Amino acid sequence: MKKVPITELAKVIRSKNAGPYELTMDIIFKDESGYQKAVNSKVINKSLISKLYHINEDQIINIVQFPQALAIKATIIRPRPSGALGETDVYGAQQHAPLLKIDIPIYE
Amino acid sequence: MPMNEYRVLSPTAILGYGFPESSFDEGLKRNPDVIAVDAGSTDPGPYYLGAGVSFTDRSAVKRDLELIIAAGLDRKIPVLIGTAGGAGANNHLQWNLQIIKELAQENNWHFKLATVQSEIDKEQIKEQIKEGRIEPLHPAPELTEQELIQTTSVVAQMGIEPLIQALDQGADVVLAGRCYDPAVFAADAIRKGYDAGPAIHMGKILECGAIAAEPGSGSDSALGTLHADGFIVEPLDPNRKCTVTSVAAHTLYEKTNPVELPGPGGYLDLTETKFNQYSDNAVKVTGSKFIPLKKYMVKLEGAKKAGYRTVSIAGCRDSIMISKIDEVIEAVRSRVQDNFHRQGYNYNLHFHIYGKNGVMGELEPNPTVGHELGIVIDVVAEDQDTANTICSFTRSTMLHYGYDGRIATAGNLAFPYSPSDFKVGLVYEFSLYHLMELDNPTAVFPIKMMEV
Repeated sequence: MKKVPITELAKVIRSKNAGPYELTMDIIFKDESGYQKAVNSKVINKSLISKLYHINEDQIINIVQFPQALAIKATIIRPRPSGALGETDVYGAQQHAPLLKIDIPIYE
Repeated sequence: MPMNEYRVLSPTAILGYGFPESSFDEGLKRNPDVIAVDAGSTDPGPYYLGAGVSFTDRSAVKRDLELIIAAGLDRKIPVLIGTAGGAGANNHLQWNLQIIKELAQENNWHFKLATVQSEIDKEQIKEQIKEGRIEPLHPAPELTEQELIQTTSVVAQMGIEPLIQALDQGADVVLAGRCYDPAVFAADAIRKGYDAGPAIHMGKILECGAIAAEPGSGSDSALGTLHADGFIVEPLDPNRKCTVTSVAAHTLYEKTNPVELPGPGGYLDLTETKFNQYSDNAVKVTGSKFIPLKKYMVKLEGAKKAGYRTVSIAGCRDSIMISKIDEVIEAVRSRVQDNFHRQGYNYNLHFHIYGKNGVMGELEPNPTVGHELGIVIDVVAEDQDTANTICSFTRSTMLHYGYDGRIATAGNLAFPYSPSDFKVGLVYEFSLYHLMELDNPTAVFPIKMMEV
């Protein structure tokens, strides 16, 4: 088994509000092969997202695969509604950073 | 099907974000049946809805509208503008209407304009809550009575029906309040008999201008063409291409679930949607369905007053202070509280520590400190004077605080500005993100027709 950094397989890794109460993260892969590697590895799951963001799994709304876009997407409940007291990122556009550190295990 | 195809020109992602005239002209050459533009978003946060001001610049909006309306009048095709003024409440609608009236006078235009309001009276909200016809949209919380009192404006997202009504009354230009984003792109096509599934899905892509192309852009135009069996989207700048992944990926954007997208009166079902490369720069999308629901629900958005803000910005480069930043903050916080304990001030004091967890706050997995820190002292209080007092006192206390092990005794903070404190004024928070049931899709969206 070897591990490939997700940044080698993905062409888009981003976060954004999905309405003022949710934060959604998209990982869009460069090609079918990279997407399949990530899906088959099953590493992008609730346990990983809860670890990367220091949140309980019940704060994760869903993790979905969208093969038409070669994408895996995770949506979490915002720590506070957009713009509320203590806000750090009104648009939610800089909350993707922990995802850049994911490694995808590949079984040859 | 009344026509073979129906073309929608989307000049830009948000009215006021601009577009190259070359792209717009290319779009006009394709003989569009309508020009539609989305003017709003909740992304910039609760302030704009709460305060009744636009997040886009007036001159930039005027520039875009001059080109768009001139083209619509010249070609005798309708122009639809959704979520006027960025948030779509009455103040925003009036602001945008004033710009259009100014343009009409300057250009000697004469046309029929319809405005469609979307602001909902707070009394009506109260009644509807009592009748159980309003519910929070998960994960938003229930609305308390106190929050409703503090709420300055509530808007409902209209669907296509009020827009169709305005077009039926002969409007050349429709200026609408808060809209479900795809509505202005889909309304006239559905009115002319096109299937709602592809029309609304196409609107979802077009509402962001050329963002669904590669390279993407929020300030460039796109064209959508509806056919009997689906739709085609393409950018209008020859240097951009729509690809299967760029268009499919856009369907994910800002959405919780990419295959089930709720809107007024129903949802888009994209489980069987197929994306195919139609030409070098265009993508064809088939199989999108609109599923109407028995109850016609619309989304409500509201913002309430949170208080008055004052902030102070500083930096820190001392490695000893940086290593003790958490205890310095706690000590300063209790000193502030203790100093004013007799005054009973009501305030929220927050420290943004850039270089540690300033961007991600509690979500930060790696809150280690760098060689320097950026510090924003952020105070929100019930009035501006209290916010100023707490911010000023926190700043001076932190500047001179004698933490354990301190050797730089002249001052702990570097201020880039004099004055160091900024009075922001009233700030807001979202208070409503609810669903409201309507008896009739046009019930709460009054239309006014006028000759401009």
